[in-house]
Amino acid sequence: MTEIELLSWARGPGLQIATIVFVAGVVIRILEILLLGRKANLAEAKGSEMSNGLRTIVTRTIPDKTTFKRSSVTIVSGYVFHIAMFIPLFFFAPHILFFKDVIGVSWPSLPGAVVDAFAVISIIAMIAVLINRLTNRVMRYLTNFEDLLVWLLTFLPLITGYFAFHRIGLTAPSLLAIHLLSVEVLLIVFPFTKLMHTFTLFLARWYNGAISGYRGVAS
Amino acid sequence: MSTVNSPRFNIQAGSELTRNVEPLLHEIRHALQTFLDTGETSIIDLRSIPLAPGEEDSIINTLGQGEVQALLDVLGPSEIYETKYAGVWIVTHYNDDDNIISRFVEITDSPDVLKSQREDVVDALNALVTELGTDKT
Amino acid sequence: MTKDLNLKNGSLTEISPEKGTLGETLRKQGVSRRSFMKFCATTASMMALPPAMIPSIAKALENARRPSVIWLSFQECTGCTESLTRAHTSTVESLIFDSISLDYHHTLQAAAGHGAELAREVAMEENYGNYLLVVDGSIPLDNPGYSTIAGISNLDMLNEAAKGAAAIIAVGTCATYGGIPHANPNPTGAVSVKDIIKDKPIINVPGCPPIPVVITGVLAHFLTFGSLPELDHIGRPKAFYGQSIHDRCYRRPFYDKGQFAETFDDEGAKKGWCLFKLGCKGPTTYNACATTKWNNGTSFPIESGHPCIGCSEPDFWDGGGFYKALSMPTDNLTQTLKYAAAGAVAAGVTVGVMNRSKKNTSNKIHVKTTLEDLEK
Repeated sequence: MTEIELLSWARGPGLQIATIVFVAGVVIRILEILLLGRKANLAEAKGSEMSNGLRTIVTRTIPDKTTFKRSSVTIVSGYVFHIAMFIPLFFFAPHILFFKDVIGVSWPSLPGAVVDAFAVISIIAMIAVLINRLTNRVMRYLTNFEDLLVWLLTFLPLITGYFAFHRIGLTAPSLLAIHLLSVEVLLIVFPFTKLMHTFTLFLARWYNGAISGYRGVAS
Repeated sequence: MSTVNSPRFNIQAGSELTRNVEPLLHEIRHALQTFLDTGETSIIDLRSIPLAPGEEDSIINTLGQGEVQALLDVLGPSEIYETKYAGVWIVTHYNDDDNIISRFVEITDSPDVLKSQREDVVDALNALVTELGTDKT
Repeated sequence: MTKDLNLKNGSLTEISPEKGTLGETLRKQGVSRRSFMKFCATTASMMALPPAMIPSIAKALENARRPSVIWLSFQECTGCTESLTRAHTSTVESLIFDSISLDYHHTLQAAAGHGAELAREVAMEENYGNYLLVVDGSIPLDNPGYSTIAGISNLDMLNEAAKGAAAIIAVGTCATYGGIPHANPNPTGAVSVKDIIKDKPIINVPGCPPIPVVITGVLAHFLTFGSLPELDHIGRPKAFYGQSIHDRCYRRPFYDKGQFAETFDDEGAKKGWCLFKLGCKGPTTYNACATTKWNNGTSFPIESGHPCIGCSEPDFWDGGGFYKALSMPTDNLTQTLKYAAAGAVAAGVTVGVMNRSKKNTSNKIHVKTTLEDLEK
């Protein structure tokens, strides 16, 4: 198999398989959660579920003082990583073209240098996240194989993307193919791992607020 | 034959397209310094550098025209001239159809191809001897 | 055959390579030393070699002997030969052709029929082990009758000619990687030269067609150094295929700044912005177009406003469309997305309903433990 064939496979059948697994997996899992339903609450509602739920989606995104003091490294590196990661993912011109081709919507891109800078920031933040996880005793105790696997599979598209952008080590077709394959692996394991938090975090935060809202207490 | 090609392109070159113009001029400056210090000559192949339409002209224009200009008739025309910076020469080789086939910036006191070549001088001597010999008889 | 032997003693003797070095041949033709220097400087530029090497090139070319060249054309469109002959228009480049003895090329040679084939056989015999074999076109493996020359299948002719060759130059994407005959669904079972010949050095000069001076540059390199140039991992001379079109493109700064032509006639296209969005394969294509350019250095496709189609890369025909950007999926992913989502909703609802009924059933069969049960 030549590198061009590998690239063609990654852009064709590879992407098809990954998309099917990703979309089907995510939809089924979310439906499973939603359709499980809850027991009817027989108590009288003392406040709105919906407004409180929506409010907590926002408020729980901002860490409170005590939590921040207790695990500031985790929070800062986590936030930096997530925000910095979204810039290359959504504002690099070739990526926008990808989304445009698939979902038909496009938006303006950022210059290569800006995208590159944010990619570097997110790579550094991800390394910080890992070091923190391995050096902090409590974190290490809580870490299992899945956490490390998910870290690696998230890290690979970033680092291979960086290498492809700067054309380091291999020829361009190989680098591009590897980058695409790493994304495809990420998409395939996505629905079956903690990566599902991308979607479930909103459900969970809403639910936290909704419970309190129904009871009429502050959340 | 003009030293500067007329622009053949519709695309308008911006002022800073490939960012290769200025580094190239700096390279010429370094080569000139080396030539002054050590006598070492150098040649830069203008066709080996990615240049946007018009950038080659912009290099040629910057270097300007100096005191010496020579036209060679060697397998199609060639043009050699010293730029306004002494020691910096532009050597342009054309084919029979007047298309540029290679173009060099030479940093030297005089490009080699301008000098009479030993092999040609040997041939010339033979030819002259033959000429005189036939004349005598 | 006895009749044919007369031919050999007659006109064909002219075809066999001249003795003597290239320097001697040129001097005999009245080429001055200055002209030779111009030839060497242009050759160096053509071979993408640093000008500092001009003196050694001159010395090597001076002493080079004219090699016999046999050119075989298989499943091809003659575009490579068309391209090569464009490198032939000027005096200096034509010297390269004076410095080889092209003994067989069925498009260019005057001889035809038996005489032509005899020329090939004679050249192969007289220069056994020393001739240069140039091949353009792919070789069908399915049915040998798909492509034959003088009744000989391409496969047989290639195998026979390769035996006595010092080296093989595969010219064009068909000979190097199968090209358009090899493109999906490959009806003739077309393969490249290196798929068949394993025991000879092969230089791949891909392109559809290859840049003329790249073909002559490789010939000049062989002539100059008597050896093969340094090759990359898919057999291409690094001097010409060492850098991608993208890395050498004068429009690269626009890519970096994120300025793209969206269509062929928008403001961006008029300003000469990057053609990535219009499907440019420059980032994954290795060739010399951006520096060597075409038509005597006039321009190259991107300079003329058309994206690179990646013609010097294997399987470029099957790369998902010339006008589809590299970062786009090659197949219709939107449809896959819709079907997958629709299927998943159905499956998810089914799973949800099953979970509910499971919950209900467990609730129903759930029996409360009473005091009586405990006393049993």
